[in-house]
Formats: sequence, structure tokens, C-alpha cells
Amino acid sequence: MNELISIIMSKLNYWIYIVLMMIGLYAMIAKKNLVKKIIGMNILQTAVILFFISLGAKNKATIPIIIHGHAAESHAIQATDYINPLPHVLMLTAIVVAVATLGVALALVIKVFQQYQTLEEDEILAQLKDE
Amino acid sequence: MSHQLPAIIVVLPLVVSFFIFFSGWWVQRAGFPLAIGALICCVLLSIGILKSVTTGGAIHYWLGGWEPPWGIEYYVDHLNAFMLVLVSSLCLFTAIYAKRTVEAEMPGSVALFWCLYLLLNTGILGIIVTGDLFNLFVLLEVASLTGYSLVAIGKGRARFASIRYLIIGTIGASFYLIGIGYLYIMTGSLNMADLRMILPPLYETKVIQAAFVFIFIGFGIKIALFPLHTWQPDAYTYAPSAVSVIISTAVAKTSVYALIRVIFSVFTLDFIKGFLPVFDILCWMAAIAMIAGSIFAIVQNNFKKMLAYSSIANVGYIVLAIGLAPFCTQGLSPALIHILNHAVIKACMFMAACAFIYKFDLWDIRKFAGLGRRMPFTCFALLLAILAMIGMPPSAGFVTKWYLILAILDAQKYPFLIFIFVSTLLMIVYFWRLIEIIYIRTTPVSNPSDLQIAEAPLSMLIPSLIFGGLTFAVGIVWMTGIITPVLDAVNSTFGLGSR
Repeated sequence: MNELISIIMSKLNYWIYIVLMMIGLYAMIAKKNLVKKIIGMNILQTAVILFFISLGAKNKATIPIIIHGHAAESHAIQATDYINPLPHVLMLTAIVVAVATLGVALALVIKVFQQYQTLEEDEILAQLKDE
Repeated sequence: MSHQLPAIIVVLPLVVSFFIFFSGWWVQRAGFPLAIGALICCVLLSIGILKSVTTGGAIHYWLGGWEPPWGIEYYVDHLNAFMLVLVSSLCLFTAIYAKRTVEAEMPGSVALFWCLYLLLNTGILGIIVTGDLFNLFVLLEVASLTGYSLVAIGKGRARFASIRYLIIGTIGASFYLIGIGYLYIMTGSLNMADLRMILPPLYETKVIQAAFVFIFIGFGIKIALFPLHTWQPDAYTYAPSAVSVIISTAVAKTSVYALIRVIFSVFTLDFIKGFLPVFDILCWMAAIAMIAGSIFAIVQNNFKKMLAYSSIANVGYIVLAIGLAPFCTQGLSPALIHILNHAVIKACMFMAACAFIYKFDLWDIRKFAGLGRRMPFTCFALLLAILAMIGMPPSAGFVTKWYLILAILDAQKYPFLIFIFVSTLLMIVYFWRLIEIIYIRTTPVSNPSDLQIAEAPLSMLIPSLIFGGLTFAVGIVWMTGIITPVLDAVNSTFGLGSR
């Protein structure tokens, strides 16, 4: 039992991202309501973003601005003193992409609702069958 | 100068799309000429790039002057240059074809359509020129998001089809992003050429193998490989006419290109040798797609849906050719040949299908009787495309099948011969049904005006006829061997073509 806990705790950020991703995928696949599917989609995207963000973290490191480093004046700059900014920058872009996707998805949901008067996928499919 | 062309070809449609958006407030009509101007420039630029690549070797462009492992690099070699010419000319001809259908299908928002259309082109041209994995993700999403909104403009089920496409497409994109993350953990790099050099000592690690699987599934969704194809038929069917043509040809082929680029350029053959038998899996998935797509196509009565399922079968052909690449002396040639051929053939077919819808609002194959007399030229173009698809010599489809069969014989994977044979037979079944209804079946005529020729407008007819003629011209060009040096160069950069 202790071993299991230590395995989980040693890579906690990855476990959390996997769990979040599975919640998101489950909602996208199993839920019938389109808005719930979109919420699932957003959870999935957030999971990926958190995964990337956690890549940049280091123990006892600070923000990557040189003058803020530990004893930056006294000795040469060490990369280990600073967190890795690249994943964060990448995720700024990915957040923009996620927001844009969400915007398009919500606009589409409004249009679908105007057309079918429902957001339940099975009810829409039933209406389509009648056509 | 020539080393800056890859950046210009992406920036140009992006800038013009903003101009179209703002000019649309005053003059809706300005959208079309601006878009056509930008696309003509793109075609000329891509031809310039191809020339410069064939004479002077690959082009490297560093965005903002930052050196590759840190900055984003645009990289164009023979494979990209070939795809650029193909995709940009498809975009141009589709735009010319689209003018009348757009005016008919979305009055009042013509300028917005052209704005989105150029953004879509920015995305797909960007995917082709980029040499950076994360940049590829961003451009893939630019292309996908504009794709979703363009599909949603259509009538009937289009909005529902679009939201399904969006949800499944986002899963694909997220999987691809996770794959990039895994590669980044292990290597600290996102540049394709850099990754290719760093990866070899890490080939045995589980993380890199998981990254490959995530990226492969992500692209599998985007190219609609058989079990992952569920979004594709509805999206192709209910999209507006112009959008069906562009997403079934240029966008679909761009995703296939990205898959080829990631498999052969980032992971390379040496990785796959030590991993699962990826290429055998690809071959078998492709074989199932070829048969299943054709069987679904047979039972469709909606013409556009039939074409969509036929596209699934043809993606199978391309993926089969990719799967055979490491085992045969032809390398990637059959895959590239079919990418070009299928784009030309399917463009022509969708153009004909949308002309029927534009003119008579005809979706259902069972009501096509007598069309051969009423729209003779469109039907002639369609007939040429059908003959090419089935593989009549000397058409484009014949060259594809010839090369594929040579590759199968060379790789000694004989079972796939049966799959090609059966899928061709199934193709003949569903296309013959169409020819029979269009040309042979007659219906009792109630109204004499039903017998008069009512051809589509010239701006739609000429692109269809050009593509109809190209289906045979391209086949002849392949046989003369003018483009073969490009294919050989692609094979040699990937270390393919000699066992």
C-alpha cells in the first residue's frame, strides 16, 4: 500500500492530468447533452494545459527573470534556479485555441437549439430519423 | 529573396482575409476579387518555391531571425513544395467555382465567407510549410476551427454535423498536443529536424512510444481513417457546396501530409523498426477502410454522402501506400501519386454533385434520371472522373493502381492485391449505378422544358471541366515521368526506396 502511494505521489501531476483527461473523455463520449459534451471537451483541454504547465516546474526555482534569482548578484546564472518558461508560453497559445474552440462550439450549440428546440443528442437523432 | 517565400505564402492570405472582413462592411462584392487575387499570388509563389527547391535544395526560413531549436523554422523540401503547388491550385480553382454557389447559398454574408475561406487556406498552407511541431498544432487548429464554422453554414443537418465534427476533431487535436508534450519532456525541443537528431538514443523509451501512439491517433481522426471516420460523411455531405469541395480535397490531403511528415521526418523508420509493426497495422487498417468505405458507399442514395464514403475508401488507398513504403523500392511514390490523383478526381466529382444541387436542388441519386441530357458538360466531366476513379488507362486512377500493385508485388504482401481488386469491383458497382441512372434510364416527361439543356453557369462549369480533363492529363503526365524526380527526391530524403 505504501509503495502504491509513493508511486502515485512521486508523479502526482501526471496522475491528476490523466484523471482529468479521463473525466473529460468520458463526458464527451457518454453524455447525451451537447453542452455537457462541450464541458467535457473543455475539461480535456484544461487537463492537457495543466500537464504542460507542470512540466516547467522545478523544486526551489523562481520565475525566469534574471534579477529575481536566488543570489543572482553574487554568482553566475544557474538554469536550475529558474522554472522553464517555454511550456507556459506554449500554453498561452493553447489557451487561446481552447477559448476559440469553446466559442465556436457554443455558437453552434445555440444554432442547433434554434433548429431542433432541444440539446439532447438522442432527441435530435430521433427528429432526424423522422425527416 | 527565395528563402522568404514560405513565410509570404502564409502571411498573404492571412492579411487579405482581414482586408476582406473590413471591406465587407462597405462592399460585399469586394471579397471575391480580393480572395482570387491572393490565391493567384499563392499559386505563383508555390510554383516559385517548387522551382527554387528543385534547383537550389531545401529552403529554411527562421521566423523573426531566431535560430531553429529556439525559434520557429519554416522548412520546405520536395515533399512540401509538391503539396504546396497541389493545395494552392486546388484552393484557387475551388474559389472560382465557389463564386456562384456562395452567392446563392449565403446571400448577405458573402464577404464573411471569403474571409473564413482565406483563413482556412492560411491554416492548410501553414501546416505544409512549418517545421515546428507546436506551430503545426496551432495551424491545424486554425484550419479546423474555420472548417467547423464553414461546415455549419450549410443547410439541414449541417449544424449538427458540424458540432460532432468539432467534438471529435478537438479530441484529435488534444491527443496530438499530448504527444508533443511527451516529446518535449524527453528532448526539450519542438523543432522537427532537431527532434530527428535528438531522438535516436531515446527510441526504446515508453514515453516516446506513447507520444507516437497519441500523435498517430490524433492524425488518424483528422484524416478520417476508417474506425475514426464517424464525423466525416455528415460533414462532407451537409457542408455548403464550395466547402465540400475544399475540405474533401485540400484539407483532407493536408492532414495526410502532416501524418507522413511526422512518421518519416520526426520519428523515422529506425524508431518504428524497434517498436510495434506500425506499417503492417497501417496496411491492415487501410485494407479494412477500402472495403468498408466502398460497402457504405453502395447503400447511399445521397450522392454527396456516397462521395464522402468513397473518400474514406480512398484514404485507405493512400494509407495502404504509406504502409507499404518501407518494404518496396517505390517508397512513398504511390502514396504521393494517389494524394494528387484523388484530390483531382474527388474535386471534379464534388463539383459535379454541387452543380446538380445548385441547378435543380437534386441530392438523391434515384432522381438523377435524364441529367445526362440536361447538363451534358457537367455529366461529361463527372463521367471522366468516374472512369479515372475506377482506373481506366491512361487515367490518374490507373496510374495509382498500377504503382500500388507494383509496390505490393515488390513488398511481397500479396493479400492486399485481393483487397484492391475487391474494392475496385465495389467502386464499379456504386459508380455504375450512377452512370446507369444519369445516362441510360429514362423517365416519362410531363413537361417539355424538362428536356432542354440547363447547364450550370460558366464559372462552375469551367473548373469542373478542367478537373475532368486533368483526371486523364495527370495520368499521362505521371507516365511521361516529368514529376518523377520530385518523388525520387522525397524518397531519398526519407531514406526510402532501396531495401
